[in-house]
Amino acid sequence: MAQMTMIQAITDALRTELKNDENVLVFGEDVGKNGGVFRATENLQKEFGEDRVFDTPLAESGIGGIAIGLGLQGYRPVPEIQFFGFLFEVMDSVAGQMSRMRYRSGGRYNSPITIRSPFGGGVHTPEMHADSLEGLMAQTPGLKVVIPSSPYDAKGLLISSIRDNDPVIFLEHMKLYRSFREDVPEEEYTIPLGVASVKREGKDLSIITYGAMVQESIKAAEELEKEGYSVEVIDLRTIAPLDIDTIIASVEKTGRAIVVQEAQKQAGIAANVVAEINDRAILSLDAPVLRVTAADTVFAFSQAEPVWLPNYKDVIETAKKVLNF
Amino acid sequence: MASKANQANFDVKKQFETVEEQFQTLQILNEEGEIVNEAAMPELTDEQLQELMRRMVYTRILDQRSISLNRQGRLGFYAPTAGQEASQLASQFALEKEDFILPGYRDVPQLIWHGLPLSQAFLFSRGHFKGNQIPEGVNVISPQIIIGAQYIQAAGVALGMKKRGTKAVAITYTGDGGTSQGDFYEGINFAGAFKAPAIFIIQNNRFAISTPVEKQSASKTLAQKAVAAGIPGVVVDGMDPLAVYKAVKDARERAINGEGPTLIETLTYRYGPHTMAGDDPTRYRTSDLDNEWELKDPLVRFRKFLEVKGLWTEEMENETIEKAKEEIKEAIKVADAEPKQTVTDLISNMFEEMPYNLKEQYEIYKEKESK
Repeated sequence: MAQMTMIQAITDALRTELKNDENVLVFGEDVGKNGGVFRATENLQKEFGEDRVFDTPLAESGIGGIAIGLGLQGYRPVPEIQFFGFLFEVMDSVAGQMSRMRYRSGGRYNSPITIRSPFGGGVHTPEMHADSLEGLMAQTPGLKVVIPSSPYDAKGLLISSIRDNDPVIFLEHMKLYRSFREDVPEEEYTIPLGVASVKREGKDLSIITYGAMVQESIKAAEELEKEGYSVEVIDLRTIAPLDIDTIIASVEKTGRAIVVQEAQKQAGIAANVVAEINDRAILSLDAPVLRVTAADTVFAFSQAEPVWLPNYKDVIETAKKVLNF
Repeated sequence: MASKANQANFDVKKQFETVEEQFQTLQILNEEGEIVNEAAMPELTDEQLQELMRRMVYTRILDQRSISLNRQGRLGFYAPTAGQEASQLASQFALEKEDFILPGYRDVPQLIWHGLPLSQAFLFSRGHFKGNQIPEGVNVISPQIIIGAQYIQAAGVALGMKKRGTKAVAITYTGDGGTSQGDFYEGINFAGAFKAPAIFIIQNNRFAISTPVEKQSASKTLAQKAVAAGIPGVVVDGMDPLAVYKAVKDARERAINGEGPTLIETLTYRYGPHTMAGDDPTRYRTSDLDNEWELKDPLVRFRKFLEVKGLWTEEMENETIEKAKEEIKEAIKVADAEPKQTVTDLISNMFEEMPYNLKEQYEIYKEKESK
């Protein structure tokens, strides 16, 4: 066991799969010599050579295109999009091409691609770096969308994503990259996609969340416990597909739920979770399922960011509305 | 007035003249069927010349039959190909079986001659996913609808070939309009930077649906866009099968030798509408222009050339036409026998393993489709 930050766990996962499978290729802007702007690919080029880990020209659409082409040649591409706000530049490759490859070709071809990309607020980036765009991805049929909230999960989920034979969008919250360390086994292990993690058990309220909001939700749960509430926290880990069984089992137990996301409120993951709970467990509910989200605006410039982003106080406030309903 | 320093450093006129000089159109066979560039004549046996002619005649018949089947409601989406036979077929003729084709939506003939069964081309037209279920060993992907996407993917396929050490090329096709897409430039630029074995074809048929090529770009030729990516660009008479063959054969040799990609602009013309879905070319083309281009017809000039050489007869022409008609009839029968594509087929093909939501929806549609 080693103590690792999330970024170290990600590098470790990449190294593991580069070693395991010669078809794994890691590429993107500045991922080679520079080791990536966040050092996620630190030393990988040195270790595995320029043929396996390489820099590309500065063009996200081109990166998506070569990922698809390399996939057609039997490779297992792991491209990095330097910041997920640049998604719009590669949107056709993601939503128009790789997500449809299996159906379009009747299973003759697939896109075993894992797109890694940093996202998320709280680190005062310029515009178009921090946006939570996972809702767009989750609404795109044919994609899996994974968002780890801890170093341990990041390694196991990334290895599973790379081994998956369908395209996976693997989103890495920038604030979590170096915010804490935890024990991460040096040997390989996988965490299955589509399986949530119960971070904390409770019987009065379920908080369903993912990404950096997992930390805020745990903090809120701890505060609420001081006031006598027993709060369960579920980290979705994969937002497409959802782990519907874990969500529903929790809600049936607690009878009350809130969904917490960093993204804007409209048409997002939280709305989808609420709808699924309504579809499947409405008779178990003692209160409406409420959401904690950012406002329905574009991502705030950095001066307004601290208030724009939801935090544990917002979670407590909404949790109390549901608990006291 | 520009300063003296500016004039000395930057002569715009000269710059463009120099570029234009570099992009002369390669022609080997003129409109009369005469060889006008003996030195560039590719090495083709008599049998190969006959085969190329046979394919062009066959494909012209396939185009006519497809249009008529579409009008009868027996085919769906169809983009007519007449006029572009030299550009499409002579370029494919220069390939080897292991080369990989990434076509645009009009480029179905190349797929057929690369091994896609005709019945599957018809299923593609009818909107059945089995049309795109490319048989093992046939190195193509289904026609791209998002124009430009095939260029960046071709760069990736070519890069993969280079990494594998395969002696093969990725070849992709777009039109004059496609060169305005960002992906066009990203594709040639990536392939150039990676020195990947790719061939990028621009079939300049002068109109992107209705928009004339003059409105696509201030660039005098489209091939000269290669210069910006640092790769060779070639303009060829796209109505001349020998020139197209020669250009692609040379590009393939360069690619195989590790010298990187080539951009080839074929000057051609589609006689028909953009697609059979209601496009009316009389709204944007004059009949004078149509007539001017029909005089350049690739079949007419190649037939003259072969007849003079004693390699083509009316009998061979008729045999080819009859064979085409017969095979089309058979292929339609095969396509007709294919059960309709279902929503459950679609649901089953989204992922390797169905997630919970699709499992539930599969049951719903299975029930609906059993009625």
